[in-house]
Amino acid sequence: MNPADNSPLWIRGARVIDPSAKRDEAKGDVFALDGKFVDQLSAADQAKARVIDGTGLVVAPGFVDLNCRLGEPGRTARETIRTGTRAAAAGGFTTVVTMPDSLPAADNVGTIQLLREICSRDAAVRVLPTGTLTKGHEGKALAPLGTMKKAGVVAVTDTTSGVQNNEIMRRALEYAAMFDLVVLDHCQDSSMTEGGQMHEGAWSLRLGLRGLPRAAEEIVVSSDCLLAELTKARIHLQHLSSGGSADIVRRAKAKQLSVTAEVSALHLLLTDAALANYGTSLKTNPPLREEADRLALIAALVDGTIDAICSDHSPCTATEKDCEFDLAPFGAATLETAFAAAHTALVAGGHADLPLLVARLTHGPAKALGLAAGTLKAGALADLVVLDPKSAWTPSLADLASKSGNNPLVGRALTGRIRATFVGGRQVFGA
Amino acid sequence: MVLTSLGPPESHRMAQQDTWTKKDLTGIEELSRPEIELLFRQADQFLPALAPGKGLDMMKGRTVVNLFLEPSTRTRTAFEISAKKLGAEVVSINTTASSLVKGETLRDTAMNIRAMGVDAIVMRHSSAGSARYLGSVLDISVVNAGDGAHEHPTQALLDAFTLRQRFGKVEGLKVTILGDILFSRVARSNILCLSKLGAQVTLAGPATLVPATLKEAFPQVRIVHDLKEALKDCDAVMLLRIQHERQTTTHFPSLGEYTSQFGLNAERAAWLKPEAIVMHPGPINRGVEVESEVADGPRSVILEQVRNGVAVRMAVLHLCTGAISR
Repeated sequence: MNPADNSPLWIRGARVIDPSAKRDEAKGDVFALDGKFVDQLSAADQAKARVIDGTGLVVAPGFVDLNCRLGEPGRTARETIRTGTRAAAAGGFTTVVTMPDSLPAADNVGTIQLLREICSRDAAVRVLPTGTLTKGHEGKALAPLGTMKKAGVVAVTDTTSGVQNNEIMRRALEYAAMFDLVVLDHCQDSSMTEGGQMHEGAWSLRLGLRGLPRAAEEIVVSSDCLLAELTKARIHLQHLSSGGSADIVRRAKAKQLSVTAEVSALHLLLTDAALANYGTSLKTNPPLREEADRLALIAALVDGTIDAICSDHSPCTATEKDCEFDLAPFGAATLETAFAAAHTALVAGGHADLPLLVARLTHGPAKALGLAAGTLKAGALADLVVLDPKSAWTPSLADLASKSGNNPLVGRALTGRIRATFVGGRQVFGA
Repeated sequence: MVLTSLGPPESHRMAQQDTWTKKDLTGIEELSRPEIELLFRQADQFLPALAPGKGLDMMKGRTVVNLFLEPSTRTRTAFEISAKKLGAEVVSINTTASSLVKGETLRDTAMNIRAMGVDAIVMRHSSAGSARYLGSVLDISVVNAGDGAHEHPTQALLDAFTLRQRFGKVEGLKVTILGDILFSRVARSNILCLSKLGAQVTLAGPATLVPATLKEAFPQVRIVHDLKEALKDCDAVMLLRIQHERQTTTHFPSLGEYTSQFGLNAERAAWLKPEAIVMHPGPINRGVEVESEVADGPRSVILEQVRNGVAVRMAVLHLCTGAISR
């Protein structure tokens, strides 16, 4: 398949799932012309269209990832826009929102412009940058949110540094709301997590590792909800890991607060018990927690408390992870396996059906950030994914496009596989 | 490796294990009860070699490197003497001399040591899990001399060996571990070792250092915050060193406060059964977790622990290096 092929696209006879239009058609067609979805192709366009037989496959909007790191600028040993966006395409993601903790940090217009230049040259999928909330994500002084918005950021966040000062968070929310910028928060009270390596619980006690307690996350989820109430600003809570956090968000949503939330696919599938052998590829922040948390997060995803599933793709080099557990950096490279992980946990696990899973990967995240993505409606950008939900596979390192090998699901049997990915009607992944 | 018999062969009981197959000792977690008992029988055989002027040569021509990346005097010395009593050459690397401070990775340091033709690395490291990691990286023996707050298996083995010596067996004994459980690798290894050998373990100390969640991690233990309750029924009390330098000040107010609540003095030692013994892994903070009158008193087996530590470590080095066919 020539990626430059700009001919009309016609996918025939697939199960078509588009939660944004409440569409779930057992056997339907999807058409694209000039980079956008259309309701029908003219006879002339049909004649020259590329036709894909969708029998036995599912067509859905391209996935939207609200939380990933693609290495640039400054961390190119871990990932580049070229490798990272190819990993995204292989994972079915057509729009990815990158975190601003690059080197240098995306706390200024120049860095954001540089990232956008690299993306226009190298990116296989749509990359939407974020900026830091405070300068250098140090939590002290606000970054130039207005000028960064003009430079193209879709949201602002201090990412894993979190925002430790409630006054700064309050003012940031008020100020960002002026530009209609959503604030993303990695919820963690760092005074409770110093030296923490994994979830604080029976496993951390057995392994002799310092813990990151649930309460450190829940306290900030609570304060963020209170500040959302105070400021009426939009806030999006990143990668929740604790069942208690989901309960707090559920109450906030019941009060009609403009709070949204996401969970990483890995947290839907695994728990802290997977760390029993000190596997550094499973060292993530937030940490994998207990089975009760996993089930509570799934329940919250199903009832809509949690809006989105993210990859939380955080590549680290093999050398960085080949060391003592407490010296290894946090992060897992998960773009390529996020759908399969979530599908294995939710659908194969019997907790949800495929349309719900697709909703949390498309319409849910797009709506949380107000992005024009995650839909198959006519007129929308023709970003789509063709997937085979029944396909069982075991990821192997050699198959992965990401530059980093810290994917903890390598060697683990999963179900659900991406067959092809299209951005603007052009194929970016698949045979 | 077949048990080296230096005396008359012991009678073989059911389920007795005769061969040791592990090249590493990274934790008690990985050991079975028959393996622990095999190790004890080997240590029994080595006890006569502890006498001054005695020594063996079964590790003659072998080299053991003590890679100590955290300060230690007692454990390092005990490992050095153990290796030398078996006839091995010993090189000790401590943290300031190590190239690790120059930014070399642990894998690189270990591969360099291995390339020099070493038979075993005894490592102490501040990172939990580091011994298991090193054992997976190397094809020579790795012995854990303490990895962060995870395990200190030879300490637990020598403690259980001492209990076995005193009481004839460990099965059925009631042992109280008192003090800083949360940060203690000695406690973790002892909980596992004593449980595997059939003893009942009670954990005692302030709630911040002995949190209730320990019960989730180790369902077989009893947790008590009242000192009298913890002491009254036990056959042995293991005191742990209060490592004030490792705890933030939020875990207890002061050493004085700790001593006033949990320090073992003669008055409190009287709550113990007459035959109960007092153990301590050392080094002792006299006047903090234990008063001298108890540490030096008739219940104390602290110096027997030290002596047994050499025999147990000889057994560990002998069995682990012997498990690798040359």
